[in-house]
Amino acid sequence: MAIVSMTVNGKPVTADIDPRTLLVQFLREHLRLTGTHVGCDTSQCGACVVHMNGAAVKACTVLALQADGGDVVTIEGLANGAELHPMQAAFREHHGLQCGYCTPGMIMTAVDMANRLGPDLSEETIRSELEGNICRCTGYHNIVRAVESGARAMAGQPMREAAE
Amino acid sequence: MYAFDYHKPTSLRQAASMLAKAEDAKILAGGHTLLPTMKQRLAAPSSLIDLGALAELQGIERKGRSVVVGAMTTHAAVASSDVVREAIPGLAEMAEMIGDPAVRTRGTIGGSVANNDPAADYPAACLALAATITTNKRKIEADDFFRGMFDTALEEGEIITKVSFPVPAKAAYAKFRNPASRYALAGVFVAKRGSEIRVAVTGAGADGVFRWTAAEEALKTRFSAKSLAGMAADASMMNSDIHADAEYRAHLVGVMARRAVEAATTR
Amino acid sequence: MTGTGIGAPVRRKEDQRFITGQGRYTDDLARPGQTHAAFVRSPHAHARIRSIDTSAASAMPGVVAILTGDDLAADKIGGLICGWMIHSKDGTPMKAGPHPALAQGKVRYVGDHVAVVIAETFAQARDAAERVEVDYEPLAAVVDTAKAKGAGAVVHDEAPDNLVYEWHLGEKDATEAAFARAAHVTRLDITNNRLIPNPIETRAAIGEYDAGTGGYTLWTTSQNPHVARLVLSAFIGIAPEHQLRVIAPDVGGGFGSKIFIYAEETVCVWAAKKVGRPVKWTSDRTEAFLADAHGRDHVTHAELAVDENAKIIGLRVHTTANLGAYLSTFSSSVPTYLYAPLLSGQYDIPAIYAEVDGVYTNTAPVDAYRGAGRPEATYVVERLVEVTARQLGMDPAKFRKKNYIKRFPHQTPVIMNYDVGDYAASLEKAMEIADVKGFGKRKRESAKRGKLRGLGYSSYIEACGIAPSQAVGSLGAGVGLWESAEVRVNPTGSIEVLTGSHSHGQGHETTFAQLVSDRLGVSIDTVNIVHGDTDKVQFGMGTYGSRSGAVGMSAITKAIDKVIAKGKKVAAYALEASEGDIEFADGRFKVAGTDRSLAFGEVALQAYVAHKFSGQDLEPGLKEGAFYDPTNFTFPAGVHICEVEIDPDTGITKIERFTAVDDFGVVINPMIVEGQVHGGIAQGVGQALMEGAIYDESGQLVTASYQDYQMPRAGDLPSFQVGMTSTPCPSNPLGIKGCGEAGAIAAPPAVINAVTDAIGHEEIAMPATPQAVWRAVQRARPAMAAE
Repeated sequence: MAIVSMTVNGKPVTADIDPRTLLVQFLREHLRLTGTHVGCDTSQCGACVVHMNGAAVKACTVLALQADGGDVVTIEGLANGAELHPMQAAFREHHGLQCGYCTPGMIMTAVDMANRLGPDLSEETIRSELEGNICRCTGYHNIVRAVESGARAMAGQPMREAAE
Repeated sequence: MYAFDYHKPTSLRQAASMLAKAEDAKILAGGHTLLPTMKQRLAAPSSLIDLGALAELQGIERKGRSVVVGAMTTHAAVASSDVVREAIPGLAEMAEMIGDPAVRTRGTIGGSVANNDPAADYPAACLALAATITTNKRKIEADDFFRGMFDTALEEGEIITKVSFPVPAKAAYAKFRNPASRYALAGVFVAKRGSEIRVAVTGAGADGVFRWTAAEEALKTRFSAKSLAGMAADASMMNSDIHADAEYRAHLVGVMARRAVEAATTR
Repeated sequence: MTGTGIGAPVRRKEDQRFITGQGRYTDDLARPGQTHAAFVRSPHAHARIRSIDTSAASAMPGVVAILTGDDLAADKIGGLICGWMIHSKDGTPMKAGPHPALAQGKVRYVGDHVAVVIAETFAQARDAAERVEVDYEPLAAVVDTAKAKGAGAVVHDEAPDNLVYEWHLGEKDATEAAFARAAHVTRLDITNNRLIPNPIETRAAIGEYDAGTGGYTLWTTSQNPHVARLVLSAFIGIAPEHQLRVIAPDVGGGFGSKIFIYAEETVCVWAAKKVGRPVKWTSDRTEAFLADAHGRDHVTHAELAVDENAKIIGLRVHTTANLGAYLSTFSSSVPTYLYAPLLSGQYDIPAIYAEVDGVYTNTAPVDAYRGAGRPEATYVVERLVEVTARQLGMDPAKFRKKNYIKRFPHQTPVIMNYDVGDYAASLEKAMEIADVKGFGKRKRESAKRGKLRGLGYSSYIEACGIAPSQAVGSLGAGVGLWESAEVRVNPTGSIEVLTGSHSHGQGHETTFAQLVSDRLGVSIDTVNIVHGDTDKVQFGMGTYGSRSGAVGMSAITKAIDKVIAKGKKVAAYALEASEGDIEFADGRFKVAGTDRSLAFGEVALQAYVAHKFSGQDLEPGLKEGAFYDPTNFTFPAGVHICEVEIDPDTGITKIERFTAVDDFGVVINPMIVEGQVHGGIAQGVGQALMEGAIYDESGQLVTASYQDYQMPRAGDLPSFQVGMTSTPCPSNPLGIKGCGEAGAIAAPPAVINAVTDAIGHEEIAMPATPQAVWRAVQRARPAMAAE
């Protein structure tokens, strides 16, 4: 066993864990933050994406011990109290989710994308940046719309209503 | 995963001593090959030595005629480095093509080079750019370092500390992705430095990364995509799987080589 | 239409929890004292089990129990069942071999369940599972669909030639006569590639036993929890129905694969009593590849006959359908009654004859996957039609239009009676949106850049709802396919709707509430949809076959009508008027011709306080239930047009435009319906260009992870152009037809028709991967491929 400490969604946490505990297992099983999901065994689907020290990582491919001393934000920590993060709101407005299972990873990836690349994301950029996030429900059409709109909203620009 | 002990040394010396002591230990860099392999129970190291705390292995700098990249530098850092973009834009572009954004945040040059996965991108860059791989014990030229798939010149207890890339006159990478895994199915890195032309191929060869000497010869006449017209790699030396048989891979090597030269010459 | 009523693109109620990480999927649950299960799976495609030695594994840390097929047999737990009886041409019933939840004597595919290890942690269960020593005697395996019949290897002794059935439909003599007088016959050999469903949430289950009450609870990733309970009780014999509660919480996609009653879920609920603690299992992705039911996998020879006027006069097919190693829950019906009755497509075809051989192989079971039988039929019809038009030198759109059914109702020679449709309207609209007129110019522009451009059509029809029950019963279905609903109005006027359908991404919590809002004039915020729990909802058939709208919402409509009728009685007492004078509109009960009225909520309160009427005259309360059994299938139809550009150097096919025009009848929420179309198209494009399960000759699944099985990613797809036409369905009260499967049905032939148009010949199979396309291009024009 080994002691791990980190900040998760702004709160310090410490636990005694089996070294083979993955960050995603630590979040889901130890902290009961079950919004971060697991969808594959090969680091490809992106359902587990969280932010670690300000950047998107696949929590299924990081040991909890590697995150020791780090700052982790999960989907549960994205909203500001009752106020949704603009990217969350954009996913709802543009119907960027169906079953909701890939959604937390998608949103965390989208926020990271906007943080790195700014508010004006082309469709081509968004599709290429979503390389590591697989959705089986939406065909990505509305996810692309949501990310476009959410990125703009993050920069304080008004969110466009979805085309009816 | 099977159970293991975890160590996080704070200096290279400590890391080397841990590696020497522990039986069946493995170095953990970005973890983006090792951890998936362990999750599938295909690797069972008794202990992991995490290099994540070693600041001395981080960073990118221009040193004279070379760009030196610390072993624990991530793909994202290389892709976005002003130093790399200015000196060897083809290398930054290659780093940008690895995996996906979250993978690039964690994956490192040292891990990629040490693993020498036959479908990884960095081995092609190192070979084409005539990089020098520095370890805690010595310096190894790229030509001597890669010894066939998953095999390198690294010896027991040796840890890569940095990779040094001589700045070329022209260089670029073109990659045909495996449609499923998105690893290189045929990736070709071309580089011209003075009169020396090097063409390195990853993903396609039956025994990992290799230099395509026929293309190098052809490009010596004139460094132009036209010089490679109609050329394909030797199919008998290509890998074959459900995604691409040897003939298709050999053909793709030719296409990607032409595209890489095109990119390098129109920059 | 109110702002939240039928036809409004209402933003989804369920999204709040999903976008904030508060969804509750099965694996998110942790029961007090739970143990973890890991399955020992067969590494062989076919082997006899000589012995199983669990002694070393039992001694591993944390191990609670190790159970095998012998334990199942000792407890008299029955095997998994196939719920649809198919009879062969000669009248004999299908040959179904036993399907124990843990192998008994033999394993029949790689991934087959041999034993379960239950331990304190999942890691301990996995560790110990590797130490279970199974002595196998490997047997020859049969893998190839086309070669299964009469192969040396026999999967089940019950079917010595590996034939589950030799089934047929249609009129053989009339069809042969049509071919005899044909002016032109088109012949195609078609493979419908095997797919692996891959919902991003893998299957999971927690079984729990309450020794105090003797009751069991199973939390599971199910599209139809009531059917799961029925099968687990009546056939497998876990517990009587009233002692078994099945709960399917949020379900992360299914696409058919979560309809079925599988071994793992069965074992978890059975084992919970044996170990006296909850037993949890969550599939990893590799297990999902190996052991989720796969889809499609047909090998077909198909022929189309046309007369001298280019009028289709006959169609005949012979299909071999791979059913895998065991008959999964609805597997037998997919290549038969969900396939051949759709072979008329949108066309007036006077004679059709279909023969289908269902075969066993040493591969994972094959069952319904999005579209289920209908994509296979549509692919056959739309490839035949396209190729025929090309061979006749006719414009494919004109050839289709000429042969469309134009008068309704239309009785096909293969069971179906199409009720309504306007196929030409969809075609014209699709051609306009897709700018077919500008295609020639775009093709020339591509050619200038050395690229090949192609355009392909698909005119699909599907049969949804899969009912009436009497009809499907006569075809062999083991269950009825009606739906139930209960509308509970609370004293304060808020409403709970209990439905037997379930949502795994379709947004029922929103669309069903919209229906209530529309009919009762209340805000959708006061409506709660309750589903997925057998203790709350009495019975239901679940969600598949695009049935939840057409069947499930029709049941809700029926129950709402009863609520309004009862409300009128209550209002009559409260307003001191006669019941006949009460009108209900815009959420108010009104005395006709007066200004006296009560709001819906006020009437609800009156129904519960019961102060204004005597219990002898009227029962208090406001709660009504209904069962709805449709009178016919519904027939969504439409036209999809795909435009591709191929890079002949690499073989990469890029979808430049994808246009879908669908007729779903009445649409409740266009935003959600379009989303369903998008997702279906993505899966259809996946089948056409990317996805394919590959077993090697020994029966090992080569495509057992995302490293080798290509899932469509964002960069592989374009944005879609979606349009609608509407001919309301006459057979249900809402006019709904169903939309969940359309894209997956329509897209594959549209894509392949575009690819073959681009490369100039028909010699390419799905998936048209870059390698396959490169080779096909080379065959067509070797000079060009060599640059």
